[in-house]
Amino acid sequence: MSDDANLESFREEVRAWLADHFPSAISGRGAELVGMESVARDPDLEKWRVALGEKGWGTPTWPAEYGGGGLSQKQAQIIDQEMRKIGAFNPLPVMAGMGITMVGPTILEYGTEKQKQKHIPPICRGDVFWALGYSEPNAGSDLASLQCRAEDKGDHWLVNGQKTWTSGADHAQWIGCLVRTDFDAPKRDGISFLLLDMDQPGIETRPIELIGGSSPFCETFFNDAKADKDEVLGELNGGWTVGKRLLQHERQSQTGARSSGGAAAKVTLQDLALKYVGVDDDGKLADPDLRARIADHLMKAQAQRLTTQRVIAEAKGNHKVSAAASILKNAASSVSQEKDELMLEILGHQGLGWEGHDFQDHELAAVRGWLSAKAMSIYGGSFEIQNNIIAKNILGLPETTQKG
Amino acid sequence: MAALTEEQELLKEQAKSWANEEAPVSKFREMRDAKTEEGFDRGTWKSISEMGWAGILVAEEHGGVAMGHLTAGVVLEELGRQLTASPLLASGIVGASALALAGNEAQQAAWLPRIAEGSAIVTLAVDEGPRHAPLQTRLSAKEDGDGFVLDGRKVHVLEGLAADAFVVAARTSGSAGDAEGLTLFLVDGDSAGIDRSRLSTADSRGYANVTFTGVRVGADAVMGEIGDAAEVLDRILDRARAALSAEMLGTAAQSFDMTLDYLKNRVQFGQVIGSFQALGHRAATLFTEMEMARSCVEAALAAIDEDADNTALLCSLAKAKAGDFLHHMSNELIQIHGGIGMTDGFDAGLYLKRARAAEATYGNQAFHRDRYASLQGL
Repeated sequence: MSDDANLESFREEVRAWLADHFPSAISGRGAELVGMESVARDPDLEKWRVALGEKGWGTPTWPAEYGGGGLSQKQAQIIDQEMRKIGAFNPLPVMAGMGITMVGPTILEYGTEKQKQKHIPPICRGDVFWALGYSEPNAGSDLASLQCRAEDKGDHWLVNGQKTWTSGADHAQWIGCLVRTDFDAPKRDGISFLLLDMDQPGIETRPIELIGGSSPFCETFFNDAKADKDEVLGELNGGWTVGKRLLQHERQSQTGARSSGGAAAKVTLQDLALKYVGVDDDGKLADPDLRARIADHLMKAQAQRLTTQRVIAEAKGNHKVSAAASILKNAASSVSQEKDELMLEILGHQGLGWEGHDFQDHELAAVRGWLSAKAMSIYGGSFEIQNNIIAKNILGLPETTQKG
Repeated sequence: MAALTEEQELLKEQAKSWANEEAPVSKFREMRDAKTEEGFDRGTWKSISEMGWAGILVAEEHGGVAMGHLTAGVVLEELGRQLTASPLLASGIVGASALALAGNEAQQAAWLPRIAEGSAIVTLAVDEGPRHAPLQTRLSAKEDGDGFVLDGRKVHVLEGLAADAFVVAARTSGSAGDAEGLTLFLVDGDSAGIDRSRLSTADSRGYANVTFTGVRVGADAVMGEIGDAAEVLDRILDRARAALSAEMLGTAAQSFDMTLDYLKNRVQFGQVIGSFQALGHRAATLFTEMEMARSCVEAALAAIDEDADNTALLCSLAKAKAGDFLHHMSNELIQIHGGIGMTDGFDAGLYLKRARAAEATYGNQAFHRDRYASLQGL
């Protein structure tokens, strides 16, 4: 059978399986359920999670021997297409915290056979929520100056220190941490990537309330916390390399601007502007200054989407990895933040609400979204760090900012 | 969106090496210094034509190679890098597109083969005031017996001095600003009553103001429908805009490369200046703008080739983003080079001057932002 025919018969298989297993009661409710920070378990959602996890289709391209789907990219696309058609969705990436987007791919790449057998199957099933411990109060952009330490106690590691900006640490079962394991080596050379069970008395978490009112991040404290000796991911003192690789997975997962798909895309900036600002006698938006700035923004947004498409097309054509890929994170965060600012300006007084019935839901959401999105140019390597990376790695300019 | 094909990559290399060897920016400088009347070098134009590029859009039945707009853009980008001056844009792209989209069989048969072999230059005469505004056309075409009489003035006509024929946007009814009442005429450059005056411009290219006084043309000079040319004129202009965007991208990309090279070699305070974060971040910002502009330009050219529904939107996007980037880049080219950038002996000034001229041609960034907004319903 040809490849195309194989894919078509696979599509039939996907349709049949979805018809049998996806609860129609939660059709189209992906954004709402998946977006819930508490990962509340609706019975239908729970049923769907279990079915998808057992099938391995929540992580379709991961190896089947560890609980993944063992499928090709094309097959994974077919699953995605067929799920969209019936309003189905994959809740596992959110239920697994950083497990599917970042930790899992990194364990698959660097982990020992034992680590893969132990950690990958629960991620595929959506059973385990993973957090990440990178930043510390005094180690943000200069991450390599981190101080959280793990001492070799013979049969275990003893961990002491503090992490911050740990996403979802308050309900995570496991955490991947960058810790210092060699206290005399130059700063990047003494770091290891350690996997810790969060369910132990030596680890405490404290949520951080953000300017948008939500608390997606925690401070995480380690007081004589313990990790098994074989939970170092990759080489001992080779954690900097592992950690950087993991961040590449993070940047990849952030490069699709929020405007692409989902409930938020239904109302466009244009529609809102026409509704809230009105038009002049020529039928043009009544505020010519705002009109020009919205047009400029829409152009940037389209340029950013076209660039994402170009990077994908060039990657498929077996071209060398497109240099354009390096700009995607900054481009996506700028476009997204600019959109939020314009949204607020369009809404006027209605774009200043915090809560209550004087404001419509989408107006309140615009305010919260505007505030939350300020983080986009800070996390995963700030805007400025991204520009350092472009200058050094893509343009070949000398590095001056990171000494030692 | 698709990546460039292997064939297009090969043509890119061919165009790059030809431009570097046969028509580098030093040759443009010689042409400028010699005050060459036509604003381009006839020998360079002959070479371009011999390679088939003059007929890059022209159908094979009319002697062209019909390689499409994205491929033409690849060539224009490489020529834009060296500021190679030639009628390729005005005639090979715009003149050929006007004939292909609006010309009848006889007009196509008469002119397209000559455009393709480079023996005739056909250019579009559209603007009449200081800013690009096709609908503001006042040049009148009045019916007279079995023909028309043209009266009016076109300004800043590309290759207006060298042109063998003009595609003239004229008004057969209505008044300035109306979309109704526009008609295109194909007018032989030798017609009685045409007066051309050469413009000496900062970018040293070939422009002329062209006055039409009682110019009599036959009914066979009409291109397309009488009084109904606004839409096809826009389509012709969109091809012009997308192609010019590709040339502008090349001009800006070369400016970027020159600047990056300088950042890596110029030493001050005992280190190369590219090691200063203030400059490294500016380079990263420019690189980001360049990649975004490239995506827009390629998308617009591909949309024309595919006759996509959103072609007009993408052409305005491409012209605006290429224009924004070229504007910013040409200013940074001077600023980052410092004093040397201000000297006429260095090439930066040539790129800056070309930048503003190209930005203003067929609609500047403001024109295309406004058009984009209207197309988005704003």
